[in-house]
Amino acid sequence: MNQIEPTHAARSRDEVLRLDAVSRSFGSQVVLKDISFSIRRGDTHAVIGESGCGKSVTLKLMMALMEPTAGEVHWFGQPLSQRSEKQIDSERLRFGFLFQNAALFDSMTVFDNVAFGLRQNMNLPDSDVHDRVIERLQEVGLPAITAPKMPSELSGGMRKRVALARALVLEPDVMFYDEPTTGLDPIMSDVINELILRVRERREVTSVVVTHDMNTVRRVANAVTMLYPRALLNDEDSQVIFDGDVNGLFQSDEERIASFVCGDAGSRIAQMLSAA
Amino acid sequence: MSTALPPLEPRASFDPFRLIGRAVLRVLREAGSISIFLAAVIRRIPGGIRRDTFVPGLYQVGVGSLPVVVVTGLFIGMVLAIQSYHQFASMHLESRLGAVITMSLVTELGPVLAATMLSGRVGSSIAAELGTMRVTEQIDGIRALGADPVQYLVVPRFMACLLLIPLLTAVADGVGTLGGWWLSCQVLGVSSHDYWMHANSMVTGYDVLGGLFKSLFFGAAIAVISCHRGFHCGSGAQGVGRAATESFVISFIVILIIDFLLGVLINSLYYAIWPGAVSLI
Repeated sequence: MNQIEPTHAARSRDEVLRLDAVSRSFGSQVVLKDISFSIRRGDTHAVIGESGCGKSVTLKLMMALMEPTAGEVHWFGQPLSQRSEKQIDSERLRFGFLFQNAALFDSMTVFDNVAFGLRQNMNLPDSDVHDRVIERLQEVGLPAITAPKMPSELSGGMRKRVALARALVLEPDVMFYDEPTTGLDPIMSDVINELILRVRERREVTSVVVTHDMNTVRRVANAVTMLYPRALLNDEDSQVIFDGDVNGLFQSDEERIASFVCGDAGSRIAQMLSAA
Repeated sequence: MSTALPPLEPRASFDPFRLIGRAVLRVLREAGSISIFLAAVIRRIPGGIRRDTFVPGLYQVGVGSLPVVVVTGLFIGMVLAIQSYHQFASMHLESRLGAVITMSLVTELGPVLAATMLSGRVGSSIAAELGTMRVTEQIDGIRALGADPVQYLVVPRFMACLLLIPLLTAVADGVGTLGGWWLSCQVLGVSSHDYWMHANSMVTGYDVLGGLFKSLFFGAAIAVISCHRGFHCGSGAQGVGRAATESFVISFIVILIIDFLLGVLINSLYYAIWPGAVSLI
């Protein structure tokens, strides 16, 4: 396994997030077992792996939208188990989350979607809310005339950009992107990748990008963690099969990593057919 | 070419105790989960309700349900009149129809049937709406933006049901009484004077308030159960559909259980306050 092991001192100084031997099951189905890795301040860290390996679950665990069945999630060096639900809720405002399917509130206009976080958490006058919402929409390349539209009137790419504006409106320290380019055409995928880069440059935020799009990894990430589906591993095998620098990922000759990076199913097709 | 079929697994032996045990455990688990959810909702009520979420809730529960409740109440009253008339007439007691219809409506049929209709109309709609929000990650989105989904989504709906379902029940009672009067007096020939006189002499304020008191609990049960099912919705369209169905079925069963328990309580209280009193409850 290609594993980078930083010193403890360096790790605690730079760490924004850490998963410590985290497991998560749904009934009898074990999705994540004993996974550990950390996200360093200022990094754009990609979490990759094939469908069903638990990437989105990992992201929700990091964001405390889901509780682990075992192990510990740390925010800024402190374990979540030592915080009250209220503390977690207020500290969660330091994180922005772009959901896989945008998760826009479909009963609200674009404006109200983006203004939601401001209205819930800050006592701002309407004019300030208006200015901030329009500014965020323009930052993601959407004109002010989009504001009164309903989410159902928007294309997939526009919905993703509204969701990004909504996540950015509270000025987060860490941005989470759950499969940001899934379901988008190549041009729009590139637009989203460019926006992720711009967000990092303009705001100096730490970014966590869950994806299986290697173009996105190549464009935006500087650190990568690769997960492998639990069902395809033996009990003693680690589910984190790569954790390190993005160049290391693309240079790796480990079969599972190389085949994923190249999009080559190899012996997996024969395995699937024989299992069927 | 022949394909070898996998060997059949031995059929599990039928064990009624295991089945009953599983069903009991499931019911207890659901009851516990709904109780915890109710406690979470009640704990958040002092936190206040935002006007922009409460007013649409009031509209959805109150204004949106009014036509259904009026139609239900009207037909219950008329059906009661048509079903009771011939039996009472055979004993020359048709003049007492007003008492029977009004008493049946305000104590039992009005609250229970209005609540049943509302658990179908309002409860299923809430469960489907929140269930869709769950499967499309909108509920996670609310949490991610620093808001409490129970405070934001459930408390306004709970308060709307708690306040408006008793009012809708009162509407059903009133319209049902008028429907019964119209059929009895305008179609079946009962005297209007007799109808209202016997209704007035038999039905007390206690009976009316007892029925409305029950509907307060029905409203709370419908809101909590439908929101709970929506929040714990399974994935996909099937999950949302199941949440809406379960919301109605569980609400209906709980309404009947609450009706029985409160019926016993209200009846006992009546005779404790007025010993020896005559009542049709």
